[in-house]
Amino acid sequence: MASENINIENTAAKYSSPKPKSGFTKENLKKKFRFSEFFAEKIITMVAFLSIAVIVLIFLFVFRETLPIFKASPVQTIVNNEQLVPESYSSRDTELKPETYGEINTSESNELKPEQYGVITDTITSESENISFYDEEPNRNIANENNNQGAWKTFNTKDWYPVSDNPRFGFWPLIVGTFKVTIIAILIAAPIAILAALFTSAFASRRLREIIKPAIELLASFPSVVIGFFALMVMATFFQDVLGYSSRLNAFIGGAAMALAAIPVIYTITEDALSAVPKSYTEASLALGANKWQTAFFIILPAATPGIFAALLLGIGRVFGETMIALMATGNAALISANPFDSVRTLSATIGAEMAEVVFGDTHYSVLFLIGSLLFIFTFMLNAIAEFYIKGKLIRKIQGR
Amino acid sequence: MRNKKDIKGAFIIGITASSVILIISIILLIAGIIIYGSRESFSWEFLTSFPTDGMTKGGILPAIIGTAIMVIIMSVAAVPFGTITAIYLTEYASEKSILAKIIRFAVRTLAVVPSIIFGLFGLGFFIKFVGQGMDNVFLGGELKWAQPNILWASLTMSLLTLPVVIVSVEEALRNVPKDLRQASLALGATKWQTIRKIVLPSSVSGILTGTILAISRGAGEVAPILFTGAAYYLATLPESVSDQFMNLGYHIYIMSTQSSNVEQTLPIQFATTLVLLMLTFLLNLTAIILRSRLRKKII
Repeated sequence: MASENINIENTAAKYSSPKPKSGFTKENLKKKFRFSEFFAEKIITMVAFLSIAVIVLIFLFVFRETLPIFKASPVQTIVNNEQLVPESYSSRDTELKPETYGEINTSESNELKPEQYGVITDTITSESENISFYDEEPNRNIANENNNQGAWKTFNTKDWYPVSDNPRFGFWPLIVGTFKVTIIAILIAAPIAILAALFTSAFASRRLREIIKPAIELLASFPSVVIGFFALMVMATFFQDVLGYSSRLNAFIGGAAMALAAIPVIYTITEDALSAVPKSYTEASLALGANKWQTAFFIILPAATPGIFAALLLGIGRVFGETMIALMATGNAALISANPFDSVRTLSATIGAEMAEVVFGDTHYSVLFLIGSLLFIFTFMLNAIAEFYIKGKLIRKIQGR
Repeated sequence: MRNKKDIKGAFIIGITASSVILIISIILLIAGIIIYGSRESFSWEFLTSFPTDGMTKGGILPAIIGTAIMVIIMSVAAVPFGTITAIYLTEYASEKSILAKIIRFAVRTLAVVPSIIFGLFGLGFFIKFVGQGMDNVFLGGELKWAQPNILWASLTMSLLTLPVVIVSVEEALRNVPKDLRQASLALGATKWQTIRKIVLPSSVSGILTGTILAISRGAGEVAPILFTGAAYYLATLPESVSDQFMNLGYHIYIMSTQSSNVEQTLPIQFATTLVLLMLTFLLNLTAIILRSRLRKKII
């Protein structure tokens, strides 16, 4: 081992300094080439690329599954005969494992009843369906030949009936539902979180701040399934008793529950932005005779506006992609209405509820991945805006340029 | 005039203080109601027995063990990669390098990608691409890896928790004083030796904090494992990484929305929620204490 090292160093020395001289010459002070150093640096750099690679891979692989929708096919049929005639599967692929097909049949018996759709208890009926459908190739071939043509045309409709005889994939009810829940959640979360952040950074003493900050950030550690459970079992019943609306699970309950998830996000970033406002601002304001609250309200808050805006964007992103709370507390009915007390179905909940019962390679499967791509692109852009535009603006504003 | 201002000020301080009180009381309310709801069903037997009678009675042992196994595999995957990325960002990359900026942006993006997207990615990449590939190459098309299992679920979860690890470790590495590094370099140690012998040992508690936070996040998330490995009910514990597993969060979701007798199993649901909440709470508390100790030690 040792001799090897010396060899490597000797060869390296040959290249860097042919004649070793004594004293602090330029040649002597030059960094020696060391294999372990070189190796460590390269490996660390390569691993650091992983995060970039993951982002790229997520985009590629989520998008890859949506491709069947975009493939043009000569046959133009909207009615999905394959789902009506389950026998065609077994006749075609006798050599494949019978278990997978048996399970597909159970799902098809569900798929023939569109009325059940939208009721949360019907989305997954048995444990077997969770395990099923991972043998995708034969289904995919069939799907490519017959299933995918109508999907395009139905995107712009008001009906989301993915498992009826004549499947329609209208995105509008899902998009309207998602935005309804998001708006309700942000309307509840933003004022509470921003005011709480203002109190923490402007009025609270140092000791009090050290208690409040971790306490509120503790809310961020609540798993979303716990908040969803609380909304489903406690909040839904309570608010129905107080407000007396008809459907127990609705956009308001979902929004209120998601506000609980968004509050710590908005709070933390707003608090950071408020604390980042230079002390000289506060001191100048106080020196000019302003009160503590006037300084907080008219100096600190306006100076931190871009940061607060970034906090809101990230809060929106959090609510927009929230799945478990949406699945458990929004009622999951794909309706378009302006009433906040109607049930809604959000984009992410649609993926969560329907992916488990969908046939691999089916149009429905691809459409769910398309929804996933949309969600991904939307949150990516929100984050990019929050990152580049607003942070740059905040820095410029504070530096007075 | 003076008086009016004081009233206004008191009003503003009052309204901001009351929103703080509101948030903290909501936290206490959620915790209190969940503890109250599980007062009868929560016991030692509940933690250490299998579900019985079609999941209407019995305990949640398989869900606890399933979650634990998933979290362990997840940490094994996420912590080394997260730590190395953090080392790159703090030790090797210069402040102005574009590459480091892109990596940072990727990490922050990864932190805000909705968890359901990770689930889709796990399905599309691990199960359908890697798993299918492994089956085709090693097993000649036999179905083994191209289906949901605990390995794919854990790896999916490790991607989700990667930014958590990176951010905490990076903070810990930045807190290591420059003097230590310079002293080591001045004594003739190389950069890699300095990192290995000086920087990493003095940021162990930061790495530990990152691991704990990642575990807490991973234990609570359900969306990524919905279709990458979680099972509704299993009579046995997972025996290998190619088995499915039961998970605490998924158990809550299934019991409260998909089960046929939600009312009857309500105490069990509350108790399961309490277990999950206590788990994440204790983990976070440990992380907070560790972190504040770390800050004190450095300053």
